[in-house]
Amino acid sequence: MNKIFLIIQREFMTRVRKKSFIITTLLSPIFFAAIAILPSYLASLEVTEVRIVAVVDNTKQFIDVIPSTEYIRIAYITDTPAEKVKENLSETGYYALLVIDTTITPNQPAFTIYSQKQPAIDVMQHLENTLKKEIEARKLKTYNIDNLDKILADVKTSISIKSIKVSQTGEEKESNTLIAMAIAYIMSFMMYMMVLITGNQVMQGVIEEKTNRVVEIIISSVKPFQMMAGKIFGMAAVSLLQILIWVVMTAALAGAGINIISSKITAKPATEQVQAMAQADPQMAQVQEQATAAANSKGMSFLTALKNQNFPLLIGGFIFYFLFGYLLYAAMFAAVGSAVESITDTQQLTLPITLPLILAIIVMISGIKSPDGALAFWFSIIPFTSPVIMLTRLPFGVPAWQLALSATLLVGTFILITWLAAKIYRVGILMYGKKYTWKEMIKWISYRG
Amino acid sequence: MHLLETKGIVKRYCNHLALDDVSLSVPRGSIYGLLGPNGAGKTTLIRIINQITGPDKGEILFDGRHMQPNDIYRIGYLPEERGLYKKMKVGEQALFLAQLKGLSRADALKRLKYWFEKFEIQAWWDKKIEELSKGMAQKVQFMVTVIHEPELLIFDEPFSGFDPINVQLVKDEILELKRKGTTIIFSTHNMASVEELCDHITLINKSRNILSGQIDEVRQNYGSNVFEVAFRGNPDSLRQKVEGRFELLKIDTENSLSKAQVRLKLQSDANNLLQELIPAVEIVAFNPIVPSMHDIFIQVVQEYNQKHGLAIS
Repeated sequence: MNKIFLIIQREFMTRVRKKSFIITTLLSPIFFAAIAILPSYLASLEVTEVRIVAVVDNTKQFIDVIPSTEYIRIAYITDTPAEKVKENLSETGYYALLVIDTTITPNQPAFTIYSQKQPAIDVMQHLENTLKKEIEARKLKTYNIDNLDKILADVKTSISIKSIKVSQTGEEKESNTLIAMAIAYIMSFMMYMMVLITGNQVMQGVIEEKTNRVVEIIISSVKPFQMMAGKIFGMAAVSLLQILIWVVMTAALAGAGINIISSKITAKPATEQVQAMAQADPQMAQVQEQATAAANSKGMSFLTALKNQNFPLLIGGFIFYFLFGYLLYAAMFAAVGSAVESITDTQQLTLPITLPLILAIIVMISGIKSPDGALAFWFSIIPFTSPVIMLTRLPFGVPAWQLALSATLLVGTFILITWLAAKIYRVGILMYGKKYTWKEMIKWISYRG
Repeated sequence: MHLLETKGIVKRYCNHLALDDVSLSVPRGSIYGLLGPNGAGKTTLIRIINQITGPDKGEILFDGRHMQPNDIYRIGYLPEERGLYKKMKVGEQALFLAQLKGLSRADALKRLKYWFEKFEIQAWWDKKIEELSKGMAQKVQFMVTVIHEPELLIFDEPFSGFDPINVQLVKDEILELKRKGTTIIFSTHNMASVEELCDHITLINKSRNILSGQIDEVRQNYGSNVFEVAFRGNPDSLRQKVEGRFELLKIDTENSLSKAQVRLKLQSDANNLLQELIPAVEIVAFNPIVPSMHDIFIQVVQEYNQKHGLAIS
């Protein structure tokens, strides 16, 4: 046991001190945190500066139709021709210039916007929405329907579906399908990448030891199995350390980021600006307040749904499936590494190993849409694909018995495969000068020690 | 007393018989040469002794009892195909390999310090193996092999990759280890070093042990009964005497001194030859001609292969 520990230690120390390890370990959390906080950050970003849009209405029909909002001010220009304003756009300080011209179709003028930069999406939406509504209203009026306003108000409907997950104990939690999908996608894909990358690193390590001929020296003091296990566990320790650093750093960074954003969201509402506006136009202020509240609640509900994900289960599940999924694949990669003499010989041998992983990624894409479908279910139980697919299902909630079955099968398969791989490894590591096939390698399993 | 004995070792790989009933006994404190053509099975035998693989049949006795897994700490092995982790620092690597051989970290450090000083390589401690020359790496390897002061050392072609100065250094080191009582198994194709270092040899050919024994006895036995006679007098009178019962191989005369090589035939010995020669010429020197290990190796292997109808390889 002491020997395995020495080998684990060597593997661990040499890997951890590599520059590539340090860089990927420290930089990835910044990337993950960015993914986690970007949506709520963008939601909070919406507006920060007041932009004044000049409007020159050559039709004279849309004067004072477009209302100003908190961050978009509308200035109607009646005394200056559009050409002049356009020429002096940068000096006047206007964000954009909207020109309304008549066309041959009544009630359908031509709108043109001039600006120095591409106009922001919220400005465009505001202008388009109000103008569209105004024109629609005018068109409706031409039909001379009595009580039109009342009918329209009566017809207006708004639907918002709030998604609440009810657990078996009857506990209710606000959920968000999009967030679950995002987490499922990120976790499955990371699992796929990490198993593939670390498995390949194990294989390269084995090939390196074999071509270095350092194997012969080491297996004169330890058993080939100890050597293989030491390498695999050493690499596992490296990856677990990496995941741990990632989880802690991402949580810290994302937590800090989300706190800043949510304090920004809660601090913003209807204070001075709305009050100031309330004095000018009470009705307007009310609309404004509602809009702000709606935007804030959108940002908050994203955070609540994120917080309502069962992170201990997700992280625990990720670590468990990574550990055993990695061990399962690493043993197979080590067996391949032992049979060849250079990395170029590995391609046809690694294909059968990577195939289940690639299949898992394909299943993941459909599984993410129906996490409880038959396809996702079976692939989350089959040990070779379960590390990826179970993580796809986990954010949506998985019954405990399915988790237990999948985990048991995975551990059992890992033990069986490692036992077989060790037999191949033991023979392969001392064989030189031939090209090997899986058929040949499977024959080695029956060789006696 | 034998430190290591193998009894009837059989090892089969797939359809190939690597070792067939190989028995040998390595006396304690001796240098034991393990000879044989390429592919004869030497490396397989060494791997079995090192417990890298197990025999299909047969038994290995170490120190008079059945070999135990822990006996591996009492063995040091320098494989023919050897290497080290290229990216690892010399000191760290030596420490790692020494600890694998069962030394504690503190012990390993202490002994490494001694060896680094002895080989004058203290400056290498923090260098990576890939920065060293092949010969330098070999030195590190030799050091790591002997660091745990094993009772049995197995060297497979220990001189390959060394320049003559370092070959001498390693030879002296091997003799020094022998003097301290270490038993050494020495596998090589360099017959001159076998003659120089070995006390006993075993010749393995085609998976079988075909010749074993003390090196002097082996060379005597394969002496092919040729003697060199240095004499003064008429070479023709010697020729007359030798004819019939002996075979005269060659005769050279330089100034007044002649040298003749004579092979004894069956039912005759050196005394018979001398009795014949003394009356005829004045004998200055009379020496048996001992064949070199090189000649014995070739002769024995060829004879064996011919006898068994095997191709000469």
